[in-house]
Amino acid sequence: MSAPARPLAEPGDRPALVLRGLTKQFGDVPAVDGVDLEVRRGEFVTLLGPSGSGKTTTLRMIAGFTHQSGGTIEIEGAEMSGVPPYRRDVGMIFQNYALFPHMTAAENVAFPLEMRRLPRSEIKRRVAEALDLVRLAGFGKRYPRQLSGGQQQRIAFARAVVFGPRLLLMDEPLGALDKKLREALQLEILHLSRKLGATVIYVTHDQEEALAMSDRIAIFSAGKIAQLGSGEDLYDRPASLFVADFIGDSNILRGQFQSTAESGSLVHGDWRWKVSPSAVQRAGIESETSGALVVRPERMHITDPGGDAPGMNTVPATVTEVLFLGPIRKYALALPDGQHAVVRVQAGSGEREWHQDERVSLTWAIDDGVLVADPGH
Amino acid sequence: MTDSRRSPHRLLLVTLGGLTVFFLTVPTLLIVPMGFSSSEILTFPPPGWSLQWYEKMLTDPQWTTGFVNSFLVATVTAIVSTILGTLAALGMVRGRFPGKSLANALILSPLIVPVIIIAIGMFSLYVRWKITGSLIGLVAAHSALAIPFVMVSVSTGLRTMDRNLEMAAQNLGAGPGRTFTRITLPIVLPGVLTGALFAFLTSWDEVVVAIFLTTAKFRTLPVEMWEQVRQVVDPTVAAVATTVLGVTTTVLLLVFVVRRQAPAA
Repeated sequence: MSAPARPLAEPGDRPALVLRGLTKQFGDVPAVDGVDLEVRRGEFVTLLGPSGSGKTTTLRMIAGFTHQSGGTIEIEGAEMSGVPPYRRDVGMIFQNYALFPHMTAAENVAFPLEMRRLPRSEIKRRVAEALDLVRLAGFGKRYPRQLSGGQQQRIAFARAVVFGPRLLLMDEPLGALDKKLREALQLEILHLSRKLGATVIYVTHDQEEALAMSDRIAIFSAGKIAQLGSGEDLYDRPASLFVADFIGDSNILRGQFQSTAESGSLVHGDWRWKVSPSAVQRAGIESETSGALVVRPERMHITDPGGDAPGMNTVPATVTEVLFLGPIRKYALALPDGQHAVVRVQAGSGEREWHQDERVSLTWAIDDGVLVADPGH
Repeated sequence: MTDSRRSPHRLLLVTLGGLTVFFLTVPTLLIVPMGFSSSEILTFPPPGWSLQWYEKMLTDPQWTTGFVNSFLVATVTAIVSTILGTLAALGMVRGRFPGKSLANALILSPLIVPVIIIAIGMFSLYVRWKITGSLIGLVAAHSALAIPFVMVSVSTGLRTMDRNLEMAAQNLGAGPGRTFTRITLPIVLPGVLTGALFAFLTSWDEVVVAIFLTTAKFRTLPVEMWEQVRQVVDPTVAAVATTVLGVTTTVLLLVFVVRRQAPAA
């Protein structure tokens, strides 16, 4: 597959996509509310968020199916407002694939090339290459209804990349498939996109899919990007309670944030948890305001009661529930101030098992706690 | 246990159904042997057999021009109302404009308004415009009657069609025109063809409006039959009726073929 491939990003290249202040009003309701985003060539960026958060509307504005109410969209430096979808030169994969039912797989893949009035021999060659790329070389003569869901998905991919689009947009392309097939196709899409050097904007509500595939993830909430960063950024350093809650499982301890010259802590009733200076700096919240400490379940540990170690937060707790989930074991704990925590332990890691109603200590490294504002209080 | 085949409910059902089918089909089918009669007048049963009335039908210029006129009017009506009805369906299903439901009701109104009222209204207008007895006049009138059938048939196809297909076509580089000809039209084609065939039939056996709008110089077949039945009552009219019935049945069979060929998308 040579023709549709594009060179990988060179440093200093202009961005493949720039969104500035992108806004979409439906009546009085802003569906997308001032989105700024810059995507490098060859980058795989996922728009992740719950339904109604504006991620799909953003994608449809990039494709040109929906007109923005405000802001700009630039694709490879060209301003797109007023450019109809059929002149934007972006490929899109729809959730239900949208393969043309009256055309064979090969005719589907040939369609964008025919629209570009390429010579017949060139079309034939590129269709064959594209079908080869998605490993469906022998399936060109079949109609979409004669193909399995996974095969239809791959034909949709071939059709979307065969003309060498400037951007590849995907709207929950794996949403209709079962879990096993979905995971296999995640890898395949990722592999093919890298091979082609495609710039991908991927929409999903599945956080695992987003973490597995993306160079960067934009988390959407109420029409805005709540946080933009790599999977590690979002998981280890969530900027808000919403992000912490949306990406992965989190223990959230609420309290009053108090800071002194060199240290910070979160106070709840008689209890006080230390917060690392870097976490205090990142959170940037005022002393004496409501805050929440976010600690991932696998970063918390259970020990015998008592004992406080430097660099650690330690709290007495009671085991309220034990769940065995195959590779991991989950413990639910009650804290003395009435809050709850979940600890995840790798099964067979040699740690001792704890029992329901057992009195224990809950500990975590101060550096593993992330401080965020708590707007709910 | 009672045998459901002999239950009183079933007996009632079979009797009612049988009577309905009898009254629907037998009068129509009686016409067929009467056209092959050796008698000079329309009678049943025929006293003997003959093809003379078919011969008369094929040689008498009154009948042959009637055939040609009817076929011409029905064909042009089918073409005109298929184009207009398909466009109307696109507007009603896809369009957003003020007064849409009013427009929809107006287009569908020939289905509800008594044909005699339409006929009288058109007649008074056509007399003023001096287009009674013209092909164009009758085609226009029949198209008004046929467009609702096309619109309903095409609308159903458009409503069940996946809108993403049109978006995908645009995304892949097809402008509105090519999206319509390459994607939308082929997918709703069974609905369009069905509408076209029904439009043909609407005009082919239409008599009320045609009586008002045709003249002695330009008559369609149903009008010719009407005139003949009132005057001469020879069995030619039965031969003509049988032929008309044959054409109608053929077209209806075509509708079934179109429906069956439709891709199960």
